[in-house]
Amino acid sequence: MAVVDLARTSRRELNRALHDLPADTNETLWRVENPAGQHALAAGLNAPVTVEIAGHAGYYCGGMNQRATIVVEGNAGVGVAENMMSGKVHVRGDASQSAGATAHGGLLVIDGNASARCGISMKGVDIVVKGSIGPMSAFMAQSGKLVVLGDAGDALGNSIYEARLYVRGAVKSLGADCIEKELRDEHRAELRGLLDAAGIGDEVSVDQFRRYGSARTLYNFHVDNAAAY
Amino acid sequence: MCGIVGLFLKSPALEPQLGAMLADMLEVMTGRGPDSAGFAVYGAGDPGRLKLTLRGGDLTMIAQALGDVASAEVRDTHMVLSVPRQDEERVRAWLAANRPDVVVTGAGQRIELYKEVGLPAQVARRFGLDSMSGTHGIGHTRMATESAVTTDGAHPFSTGQDQCLVHNGSLSNHRSLRRMLEPQGIRFATDNDSEVAAGYLTWKMREGASLAQALEASLDDLDGFFTFVVGTESGFAVLRDPISCKPAVMAETDDYVAFGSEYRALAGLPGIEGARVFEPEPARVYAWERH
Repeated sequence: MAVVDLARTSRRELNRALHDLPADTNETLWRVENPAGQHALAAGLNAPVTVEIAGHAGYYCGGMNQRATIVVEGNAGVGVAENMMSGKVHVRGDASQSAGATAHGGLLVIDGNASARCGISMKGVDIVVKGSIGPMSAFMAQSGKLVVLGDAGDALGNSIYEARLYVRGAVKSLGADCIEKELRDEHRAELRGLLDAAGIGDEVSVDQFRRYGSARTLYNFHVDNAAAY
Repeated sequence: MCGIVGLFLKSPALEPQLGAMLADMLEVMTGRGPDSAGFAVYGAGDPGRLKLTLRGGDLTMIAQALGDVASAEVRDTHMVLSVPRQDEERVRAWLAANRPDVVVTGAGQRIELYKEVGLPAQVARRFGLDSMSGTHGIGHTRMATESAVTTDGAHPFSTGQDQCLVHNGSLSNHRSLRRMLEPQGIRFATDNDSEVAAGYLTWKMREGASLAQALEASLDDLDGFFTFVVGTESGFAVLRDPISCKPAVMAETDDYVAFGSEYRALAGLPGIEGARVFEPEPARVYAWERH
């Protein structure tokens, strides 16, 4: 196991070492000590390695991730796993705003709560939040799935395209063009798969969730609305 | 962009370290605001006396001229003048007549308020922040976006006794608010939008609102982006705008409540490992009072 102490090594050196790893590296487990909320930790990785961050991370941790597994043992700041392409980011604490923003793929698991704009403009990522999410989450979400075991704040899924949202708790309000939809068997299967992937057992039943998605009324230009432009 | 820090101590044992803790937090926020920095510290106070923090050149001359009523402590470009309450008008009149160049940055029983242009670490060092003690304090690092880099534009702003405010964001209706507040007797020293927010809270509290009630009302009356951290003689409060445009993170332990624009600012605090770290929700007032 490679151990990098950020009290002694710069974050830039850490990221450079991680970026230089070949795809077939044998150094597959990294541990980062004393992160102290520094920004851009383990951002831009492109190798199948695991990076454990032993504390709180700052902004954009695990951003643009491909193939790597990144575990934040504390809280993560703004934009954790933003623009992730593949791999996994697991936050054991809470996540700040814009978790998983614009991410195309991979799995983001947050054990605690995520604050505002979780999954904003998500483009294919799967996000599982074991706590609650803040207001304006899944804003303009285009593709992918967002699973929330707790509650959702105001304006969930505002201007949503084709992402699927599963919420177990209360939704404070739905945003424009976001509606509740029927939870069919195909969705139950999909949801079960996501819960399994996040390490959540049968104690959480898929039937406790409600599904939300796009009403698809904002997709096309309507001449009746011309005066509004 | 700007950086905000705040620290409200619950444990008197930490009071001698307040300034040192605040100085470290302020320095970490340099990246968010390298232009200028400022801070307010609520230290020792005497109910019968008023502390006036003055900013300007040749301050010792003022101390000498007012030597019969005032005691003074000079810190770099600032001086804290302690005067008996009954002499406040006389001292202010003397300043207006003899030293109109001097700015009163803060006034109150316990508040001392310092601000200057420069890197936060330098500003903190010039004023000796790390040796100050107190019960609570608030700091700001500024990256000017709407107006010039001047000491006047630096935070905190104080528009009422023992009150101060720091702001990250920008207000869009500060002109109209200013026109509403000035006839109410709220005076402004600069053209800064954040000073208007401070003045608004001063007005509300003068009309009888508590700090928390004043902030609650501001949600209806202020338009724009804001994260505020506010101090009063006995209180400390945080408010974010309804879409939480600007970042904020807080930590609470049995010994203190701490605020930072980013977690990094809190990372060096004692006992942070065991603190409850949370992000204040938008449009929700968080307030603490000393008893």
